Amino acid sequence: MRRTIFPGWLLPAALVLPQLALTVVFFLLPAGEAVWSSLTRTDPFGLSSVFVGIDNFNDLFADPLYVETILRTIGFVAAVCVISMGTALLLAVMVEGVVRGRGIYRTMLIWPYAVAPAVAGVIWLFLLHPQIGLLGRWLNHNLGWDYSLNGTQAMLLVILASAWKQVSYNFIFFVAGLQSVPRTVTEAARMDGAHGFYRFRTITLPLLMPTVFFLIVVNVVYAAFDTFGAIWALTQGGPGKATETMLVKVYRDGVINLDLGSSSAQSVVLMVGVIVLTAVQFRFMGKRGK
Amino acid sequence: MNRRTLLSGAAALALTPALHARAQSGKTKIVFWHAMTAALNEEVNRLATAFNASQSQYEVQPVFKGTYAETLTAAIAAYRAGQAPNLVQVFEVGTGTMLAAGAAVKPAWQLIQETGADIKAESYIPAVRGYYSLADGRMASVPFNSSTAVMWINQDAFEKAGLDPAKAPTTYDEVTHAAEALKAKAAADFPISSGWFSWIHLEEYAALHNIAFASEGDGFSGLNAVLEVNKPDFVKQLQRFLDWQKAGLFKYGGRDSAGDTIFLSGQAAIGFNSSGIRGDLIKSAKFKWSNAFLPYDPAIIKQPINSIIGGASLWTMTTPTRPVEEYKATAAFLAFLAQPRNAADWHQHTGYVPVTLAGYEQSKTDGFYAKNAGTELPIQQLTRGSVTQNSRGLRLGRLPEIRNIIYEEVEKALQGQQTAQAALDSATTRGNRVLREFEKSVHT
Repeated sequence: MRRTIFPGWLLPAALVLPQLALTVVFFLLPAGEAVWSSLTRTDPFGLSSVFVGIDNFNDLFADPLYVETILRTIGFVAAVCVISMGTALLLAVMVEGVVRGRGIYRTMLIWPYAVAPAVAGVIWLFLLHPQIGLLGRWLNHNLGWDYSLNGTQAMLLVILASAWKQVSYNFIFFVAGLQSVPRTVTEAARMDGAHGFYRFRTITLPLLMPTVFFLIVVNVVYAAFDTFGAIWALTQGGPGKATETMLVKVYRDGVINLDLGSSSAQSVVLMVGVIVLTAVQFRFMGKRGK
Repeated sequence: MNRRTLLSGAAALALTPALHARAQSGKTKIVFWHAMTAALNEEVNRLATAFNASQSQYEVQPVFKGTYAETLTAAIAAYRAGQAPNLVQVFEVGTGTMLAAGAAVKPAWQLIQETGADIKAESYIPAVRGYYSLADGRMASVPFNSSTAVMWINQDAFEKAGLDPAKAPTTYDEVTHAAEALKAKAAADFPISSGWFSWIHLEEYAALHNIAFASEGDGFSGLNAVLEVNKPDFVKQLQRFLDWQKAGLFKYGGRDSAGDTIFLSGQAAIGFNSSGIRGDLIKSAKFKWSNAFLPYDPAIIKQPINSIIGGASLWTMTTPTRPVEEYKATAAFLAFLAQPRNAADWHQHTGYVPVTLAGYEQSKTDGFYAKNAGTELPIQQLTRGSVTQNSRGLRLGRLPEIRNIIYEEVEKALQGQQTAQAALDSATTRGNRVLREFEKSVHT
């Protein structure tokens, strides 16, 4: 790798300063405040605030409902990743085979990425709402579809709505990844008589692995953090607690219930989760890089 | 990332500039944060404009801040930054939280005392005022927009089932019979539907039947209140809905106003919803409709008493440096809203019930109720009998959270995952935990 050597330290410091300042203002300070308020019990107006140590965390993990929420979130994240990445990979491979109008297909498939999560939620609502949805009404009459009172269906719905939007993003990366698979290798395999899926499994997929690993991390973070809008628009975490993910609970407890101590503690739990995940990712990528 | 957005959002609110900037003209400017959308938003602006034109000393600036929950959160963040608005609209279930806000708010009685404003507590309808008053009757916030829950009737469906739409069922047994007839004739997709399950079928139910929703006079006389919703009368009520659902008579439509769509779309014959959906019905319903009193259970009470309100009230907020003039302006605006003509117009234009007795009288004089059949019924339901400690409203901290817990447990029962008793036991235990947390947070 090429290294640039700066004379002295003033210029490099000045160059990284803006980035550091942004990180401090938009990440370190709020995160620090979240950690601090996770250790306090405070009334909504901040009139009195008492340091309570790790009480908030003890309360959280003593609550079986919170543990359920963590497990539910893991299941939700896994389902969103598998569905959105699986669909995207399939579409990307298929588009490779399209000769005429490939550009149009690609453009159309990328479109949903521009849709905001909350809007995606509303689109799915109008499609699948059991009383007012275009498809939902029919499903309700014929198959008993009613996600307002069926936890499994509600979960299915929020998974679909969340995964749908992310398919586009994954699709772009898979298309790019597929283009970087050397033609010579696939062609050699073809001449050796390897066909269809076998060629894909033994040649394309291994060469695509870096993209897959990268996308896993991006998708996990997406499913854990960016799906709030869709879930809130569709089910608000219900029925019961069937679609309450950790982030939905952070929002509900913090913004609606004004229980800032507990909500901050939950944010800290989430933050630790992401830090661990990112660390694992970096180690993994680093190893592969070598 | 949403977590960061939440935090930086609060910071951004704190930086909202020029909240109490003085106008160059020498007028005292005050800011009024509210959660009124669409036509209601326009009506708020109209009132503000009328107030500004009515005198030359003060100027009120209404600002829409999102949903009720968002408005409250924004006001709290602003207070923490020393930038609280002069006046904020807070939904009725936020009353307990606001009462515990100590120095952040100036109670209405104190504002009136200090400014000598022409606002009389007695001029407000008792069932409305009660919700926003302290246990000793002093008014903490000023009523603004109030509705109550009623039973809506799809007259077309009733006629189809051979029922007389003019004679709406009054007791729960009569509702059951009507629903059975509606089902037998397939007069509607669903005989009964409902929005706002906790508000209508537990909170209103308790008030109507004069039974306690929580101890300590529904929380009015102490923060140590505990929920009583797992008592037999409430279990009976939830069991009724489970039975109705099992018999194909009841359709649950979701939380809060999400449950309104089934009735609005004409799929349900009987809809338990807010009296405030009248506007939506006028605009979009493709069937004949009317409203009726909420049903009652004669085994519990012979004559049901007043129902309680939903909606919001106006709270005066403080900052450490707020000049006296701004409080005077706030009081003047509140007095303006309470004037009979303004209170009556607000009621007639929006579909909320009148909050003052004079506004009610004015609307009678205007002939409003004669011209608009059924608009008087919610007021009659709110004012019948005399207000008891079980029917003046709920004074529980973090009530929105408790409502949410009730939704979760009721939904589990409706899915057949638990019995009515188990659902309400669980709601009581979880709700009481929230009440104790609230008690600790405001006592420390």
